[in-house]
Amino acid sequence: MTDHLLEVRDLSVRFHTAAGAVDAVKNVSWHLDRGETLAILGESGSGKSVSASAIMNLIDCPPGEVWKGEIIFEGRDLLKITAEEHRQLNGKRIAMIFQDPLSHLNPVYRVGWQIIETMTAHGRPAPAARQRALELIARVGIPDPEHAMTKFPHEFSGGQRQRLMIAMALMLKPDILIADEPTTALDVTIQAEVLALLRELQAETGMGLLLITHDLGVVAETADRVVVMNAGQVVETGTARQVYHNPQHPYTRKLIAAAPGKGEMRVGGSSRPPLLEARSVSKTYGDVPALKEANFTLHAGQTLAIVGESGSGKSTLARTILQLETPTGGEALWKGEDLFKMGRKQLFSLRRQMQMVFQDPTQSLNPRMSVFELISEAWAIHKDLVPKSQWRDRVADLLMQVGLHADHAQRYPHQFSGGQRQRIAIARALALEPELIVCDEAVSALDVSIQAQVIELLNRLRTELGIAFLFIAHDLPVVRDFADDVIVMQNGRIVEIGTARQIFNNPQQPYTRRLLAAGLEPDPDIQAARRKA
Amino acid sequence: MIRLIRQRTIASFISLIGLIVLVFFLSRLTGDPTDLFLPIDATQEMRDQFRRLHGFDRPLIEQFGAYVWDLLHLDFGDSIRRAQPAIWVVLNAFVWTLQLALITMTLVTVCAIVVGSLAAFRAGGFFDRAASLVSLIGASAPDFWIAIVAIVLFSVQLAWLPTSGTGTVLHWILPIAVLFIRPFGLLVQVVRGSMLSALSSAYVKTARAKGVKNFPLIFVHTLRNAMLPVITVMGDQAAALLNGAVVIESIFGFPGVGKLMIDSILQRDFNVVLASIMVTAIAIFIMNLLIDMAYAVLDPRIRY
Repeated sequence: MTDHLLEVRDLSVRFHTAAGAVDAVKNVSWHLDRGETLAILGESGSGKSVSASAIMNLIDCPPGEVWKGEIIFEGRDLLKITAEEHRQLNGKRIAMIFQDPLSHLNPVYRVGWQIIETMTAHGRPAPAARQRALELIARVGIPDPEHAMTKFPHEFSGGQRQRLMIAMALMLKPDILIADEPTTALDVTIQAEVLALLRELQAETGMGLLLITHDLGVVAETADRVVVMNAGQVVETGTARQVYHNPQHPYTRKLIAAAPGKGEMRVGGSSRPPLLEARSVSKTYGDVPALKEANFTLHAGQTLAIVGESGSGKSTLARTILQLETPTGGEALWKGEDLFKMGRKQLFSLRRQMQMVFQDPTQSLNPRMSVFELISEAWAIHKDLVPKSQWRDRVADLLMQVGLHADHAQRYPHQFSGGQRQRIAIARALALEPELIVCDEAVSALDVSIQAQVIELLNRLRTELGIAFLFIAHDLPVVRDFADDVIVMQNGRIVEIGTARQIFNNPQQPYTRRLLAAGLEPDPDIQAARRKA
Repeated sequence: MIRLIRQRTIASFISLIGLIVLVFFLSRLTGDPTDLFLPIDATQEMRDQFRRLHGFDRPLIEQFGAYVWDLLHLDFGDSIRRAQPAIWVVLNAFVWTLQLALITMTLVTVCAIVVGSLAAFRAGGFFDRAASLVSLIGASAPDFWIAIVAIVLFSVQLAWLPTSGTGTVLHWILPIAVLFIRPFGLLVQVVRGSMLSALSSAYVKTARAKGVKNFPLIFVHTLRNAMLPVITVMGDQAAALLNGAVVIESIFGFPGVGKLMIDSILQRDFNVVLASIMVTAIAIFIMNLLIDMAYAVLDPRIRY
């Protein structure tokens, strides 16, 4: 007999898909104790969320099938109980919060009603539920709980929505809280607040916290123990410190090595001529200023990173300069000529020198076009660049250049992994031989190990081809490793600008310091020391 | 919301004017009603007198001017055939059609939502397959044929129900049942599709993780989110019924606006044709406005 709060033994789950049966997890075992935080760490497709879904009976059968294993909670096997018994445990004894609080809250009901429902669904009287909801909404730090109860999910910010989800999950003081990537969709400063809140609440209630994440920093900040998963299997289990400082499995070592933010920073600055100069560039939507008087200089072959939280105007800045948005003021000089004053024809011929790579390659590559068509399309628009007879060879060259194979040209985007797709997007940008590539969160959606590979590729292109990068990112460690100069933005304004070394080693502005402090280090000891300080 | 009502009213008023002009001149293309109303052996003098009395002797444009002038005074003219104000004739018939449409659509909506939701909840199961088959047959069956078969079966052979007319509750059963079939089949498919995508959304997962029971999960959490496309199709179907189910009303001798319209077109009773088109147009306009308002009530993110 076991005295663990929750124990998963030899769990194996299979999904029946059009392509055949896929083992999502195989022989997964772990346990969670009272008052403990266990992190399940893994990249996308590692099966890290599957055991949580099995605990909550959220796996759809079919296509899913739990074909082996047991999940022991209070002496009962959760895989053998009825749907009604599951329902009585869900929300009451075991609760769950999710990655994207906007889509996980019902858009058409008031949040107060949704929070109260956790208790009324388990037969508690509504007035008592209301009282408890008011207490919890205040406890998770939402101002004016009475009024907040009457609002709809879309009327809150992302961080507030996750706080409300936490309140909803804690209504019945569950023994176990499962948090599936709870802070992945949030800005760093908000992430730090939400994680701190989770830790406080756990200390108050003594619940077991199961945290599913891909982020070593989140593990370092919160976890007592960690289970590392890869390809549906547990590769390593241990305390967070053990696993970070003394990883046993090659996969864990690779994962830790891939975490950005450890390399030598670049010197920054440049003696080469300016490629792009922004002078008082402004943009307003209606009456709302999105961009206020932005000034910067980007030199040829240089990498300028724009960092900031969501809504800070970093994408607007790049899009306005590229004239994807109409500027409302200022000038943008491309080799001394103002892009904002150019005619359509002149702008068209300059466009090829500035290319863009977007965040989500699944959406930015047309799924009905083959890789050959995707890359060569640009030459059909800019006709003088590559004669049609050489398209095939040139596409093959470009694919090799980004680390793919020449015979990939005939395939379609869905036949590639996320990292490969982003390579295709980069090859497409290179097709027009640009002098500037704008990367808008180009590596944010990728797993760390893939992210490291793509960054390495961009690094090589920078050295070999002398391309300048405007690198928009919210992820500071990546920027630290990759950028020459850094712009920090907040509320549509540039608050600080300097070389990477200046910004990361000696930030001047309070906002920059706050942003840096909120970022999580993958080392549990550093995070523990920070918490004490 | 008030802005929406104002904008829609102005837009509908403009299209109503266009409709009046179009119908006024098109209906007069069908010929002179004098020949239809007077006996074949009527004298030329009688014919001239009839034309003068109803203004058919005046130039077309003058007739139109007089009609619009009367309309501005809310005078829709008289029915030639019935010697009553045209608007009374139309409103009398419209009350019948409105009752028929309301009862039918209420039944259709309730049944389609229950059947479609349950089918989506256990997608691929026996109930889902049965519901899909029945609704597909319903959506594609020709209603005039069903009407006639139903009369033969239930009225003539079994003699359970009257063949046509109005008077008792029994008279309503066949027309409602026949009108029910097609919109029901269509709406079940729409509800099922919309519920399927809503059921796979993230907030349903949250509700299940909270321990919400199946009944509120389907009919509270999911249904309200799935209703917007359903309401759009419902509006289309209801508009068709309000226009008067011409064929069905004719088969069952039901004194609704559809039957009235077809009769008055055949009789060249122009004032009644125009009045019935205006009344149904206004009814459909009001219904569309209600649908837009229902969107905003169902989904708090929609604000006009």
